[in-house]
Amino acid sequence: MRLTMTVAAIALAALMSPVDAASLQETGDPLASARWEDMRRQFFPPEARVLFDPRVKVTAPPLAENPMQVPIAVDASDLSGIVEVVVFADFNPIVEVLRFYPDAAPAVLGFRIKLQQSTPVRAAARTADGVWHVGGTLVETTGGGCSAPSVAAASPEWQSRLNEVSGRQWSEGPNAGRLRLRIVHPMDTGLVAGTPAFHLEEIEFRDEAGTRLMRLRTFEPVAENPVFTLQQAHGGKPVIASGRDNNGNVFTARIAP
Amino acid sequence: MIRPRNLCRRAALLLALAAAVAVSAADFDYRLQPRKLADGAYAFIGAREDFDTVNGGNIVNTGFLVGSDGIVVIDSGPSKRYGEQMRAAIALVSSRPVALTILTHHHPDHMLGNQAFAGTPIGALAPTVAGIAADGNGFAENLFRLSGDWMKGTEVVVPNRTLQPGRQQVAGRWLRLIALAGHTHADLAVYDEKSGILFAGDIVFNDRAPTTPHASIDAWLKALAELEAITREPGFVALLPGHGEPARDAAPIRQTREWLLWLRATLNKAAADGLDMTEVLALPLPARWASMPLAAIEYRRSVGHLYPAIEAETLAHAH
Repeated sequence: MRLTMTVAAIALAALMSPVDAASLQETGDPLASARWEDMRRQFFPPEARVLFDPRVKVTAPPLAENPMQVPIAVDASDLSGIVEVVVFADFNPIVEVLRFYPDAAPAVLGFRIKLQQSTPVRAAARTADGVWHVGGTLVETTGGGCSAPSVAAASPEWQSRLNEVSGRQWSEGPNAGRLRLRIVHPMDTGLVAGTPAFHLEEIEFRDEAGTRLMRLRTFEPVAENPVFTLQQAHGGKPVIASGRDNNGNVFTARIAP
Repeated sequence: MIRPRNLCRRAALLLALAAAVAVSAADFDYRLQPRKLADGAYAFIGAREDFDTVNGGNIVNTGFLVGSDGIVVIDSGPSKRYGEQMRAAIALVSSRPVALTILTHHHPDHMLGNQAFAGTPIGALAPTVAGIAADGNGFAENLFRLSGDWMKGTEVVVPNRTLQPGRQQVAGRWLRLIALAGHTHADLAVYDEKSGILFAGDIVFNDRAPTTPHASIDAWLKALAELEAITREPGFVALLPGHGEPARDAAPIRQTREWLLWLRATLNKAAADGLDMTEVLALPLPARWASMPLAAIEYRRSVGHLYPAIEAETLAHAH
């Protein structure tokens, strides 16, 4: 078994450029985080194979100007057979950011998160063979994103617009097939005194025939009024986005091209 | 007899001492030199840099006017030490008392020297006073982090006067206080009619990329037009931007406008093309901004400040 995997890894390495092959490794966190062993234990079963894999690309600004809205893009579409992607930030008070399950859509997702301090932000993609492929990047920030109140908490506006969705699909140009949407939600973390956790938990994207493009599980660190960017393999058809928060408020919205 | 390990330790100690001496040799002296812009009108010109522990936050322009009845100070700088050194430098030019300190807006590099002018009138537009009261401590905390020990002892002093815009005589000089917005929710420019010097505040940057944490580009463009009209008046002599060199013409106004128009067009196109914020951050800067100090940094900051609202406008309500 071990041998098969090693052979597979060598075969895989042969397909990649020498630099990439060198960075495909089982030990030695490329981001040298003191929290990696804790992350390893928290997110992956002890027997699971976990590889640091540069094909899982996490893009973020090295210096985040606004810790309440740190833009992150995950692209694991160079890997095939992805079942699940989990995104986490080692040094956040709430580590787990979101999980997404790419079905008909490629494993590509853009979103924004709250960060409390400088931290690695990682995406781990599980392929059908059970192997976790981990990519990540360091984000430096002055912090406060998780323990600062949401802007919405100070304004009553969200109460009348909760779960309001706006969105758009691009059917032409370099970003054809792209879907972007914004959902009005305070995404309160529960870390601010007197404000309980109140956040979106589940979002699903389907076409009108009912085929699921992607499922998303979102946690407290996702930024207020979340904005998501998805890429469809075949765009041009209406997409139905539906979801709910941890208080049972639901939404459904149709985003036509 | 010194054993090698002790030697190392001693060397380390000496190095640490040398570093400490090097810092104290600087003595946290901003070396403020008043530059004469016209008779009775002076400026202190800061570096075209970001805040750091070397410049101590002296990245900003401040100024003063010598009136028959006293001194009018325009902005107090980024720290208590700056304010004190500024006041001492002003005293070398004129022994007249400080009649009024005018704050152009609520950003920390323009008002954290207020302590040095405590007990004298410190004035700003009403929304600026409110902004300093609400956000001043947060700003100061940030500057302690960025500028280090230069900030020692700095505390927020909320202005004790609310200024009304319009033509008025202060300390014997006729000033036009021009209420604007765009760089922040309230920006005050000061035109000294006698000298023809326009203190533009951060509505105008000169060869230093504009900052936008509280910007509204549309309002900012209107403010630039209003200030450009003053530069066409026959009495106009020079303008002092909030950051960068003073100028005898409206070139810095045109440059600031060009930057803002480019920034707005870039973000609008990015949103229309469906770019994710990470992709907008990665867009290359055009060659024309290659030599502009801090262009890349301020562009990326501006994406963070301005893109969420711009992209929201391109997404249609979905039911």
